[in-house]
Amino acid sequence: MSEVSVTDEATAAAVPLVVLKSVNKHFGALHVLQDIDLTIARGEVVVVIGPSGSGKSTLCRTVNRLETTDSGSITIDGRPLPQEGKELARLRADVGMVFQSFNLFAHKTVLENVTLGQIKVRRTDRRKAEEKARALLDRVGVGAQADKYPAQLSGGQQQRVAIARALAMDPKVMLFDEPTSALDPEMINEVLEVMQQLARDGMTMVVVTHEMGFARSAANRVVFMADGRIVEEARPDQFFSNPRSDRAKDFLSKILHH
Amino acid sequence: MNVLSDHFAEFREGFLGTVELTGLSGLLALVLGILMAAFRVSPVPALRIFGTTWVTLLRNTPLVLLFLAVTLGLPALGLKGWDSFWLAVLTLGCYTSAFICEAVRSGINSVPVGQAEAARSIGMTFNQTLSQVVLPQATRTAVPPIGSLMIALTKNTAIASGFNVTQLGSVQKSLNADTGYNIYVIFLWIAVCYIIITLAISGLFRLLENRLAVAR
Repeated sequence: MSEVSVTDEATAAAVPLVVLKSVNKHFGALHVLQDIDLTIARGEVVVVIGPSGSGKSTLCRTVNRLETTDSGSITIDGRPLPQEGKELARLRADVGMVFQSFNLFAHKTVLENVTLGQIKVRRTDRRKAEEKARALLDRVGVGAQADKYPAQLSGGQQQRVAIARALAMDPKVMLFDEPTSALDPEMINEVLEVMQQLARDGMTMVVVTHEMGFARSAANRVVFMADGRIVEEARPDQFFSNPRSDRAKDFLSKILHH
Repeated sequence: MNVLSDHFAEFREGFLGTVELTGLSGLLALVLGILMAAFRVSPVPALRIFGTTWVTLLRNTPLVLLFLAVTLGLPALGLKGWDSFWLAVLTLGCYTSAFICEAVRSGINSVPVGQAEAARSIGMTFNQTLSQVVLPQATRTAVPPIGSLMIALTKNTAIASGFNVTQLGSVQKSLNADTGYNIYVIFLWIAVCYIIITLAISGLFRLLENRLAVAR
């Protein structure tokens, strides 16, 4: 009996969490995603980098269908993304997302931001939701701000609340869409540290970022995109010390030498 | 010889008629207007088309024609037993709802897209996103124009006097036949009654605006 469950677990672990197969997307005449194939395993941390306009944010947003695709398939935990509706909403609850501009609910307190999804989507009762929210806020280091409104917090604090809000849904995978790009330099680290801790805890993460330090230290794999294509995929140490493609060499030479 | 003291009962009845008509049709307009605004931003194409048609049709029809269509058309279509007061509420409510819808929609459009995206990303449905996140933030922008629309509605109720509804407009009609009073004085008192109602609405909406400004 125990063997059966072991093989079940083994097969479950073998099924990749997120699979994109020949995904295409156009914005008018612009072909932003061109035949994207990407597989993300459970517990993997994938960092997507590339020049601006390369389609990396769009790629990130297609995973929970905030951005629709023109062709190709996307599956999460073996299930294809459904059309817009209740079922898609249910699936999105399992995919956490952190935005460049935080997008905390401006009319709700920090605590309410973290409890809203639990109460309305997961139907958790208020007391339990608040308990969990406070624990998560403590974990990301903003527990003392629970009763403030987002506008009263610094950018770094807001982004950490946004991470707590996403974590409150117990997501299977977390998407980070340039989480530190809108932050003052001195606040970037406090957010990256939270993300690093998450990565160490085994969270599956897709991170679009310009933070090469984070890519080096936390990523299992670096995906380099340019002009709507995935140009190169490699382990971070390989990618940064010895990029194979000219496009990646060019990109790295521009950002790493000053 | 003071027309107001001599005919206070008529004035009071007319005043209350206008207040009731404004209040009830305003309520109907708010409910329908918010619903139509939700339709117009809905992901379902059929609802969007319905909302757009509703607004286009009602916003572009002269109110008098709409009154004629409802008071003559609906009974002809078999809707009998509605008295003229409720037909007037229906007409004014539907007419004003088209404008309220657009005021609410402008409020919705003033809420950054990221707010709705964040709500959807934690698994909220369209209805939850709208009611929990977008509409509460849209209110602040939508309240001032809605206040103006309510004042416009108050004055539009005068048209109902042509359709057998007792309100301020009909006071003037009944007293005109009564000779001996200066017609300008009658108009003045009616104007004062309207101003009392419209200033009350202004005050109410200013209070609402201040309340929302404090809330964040």
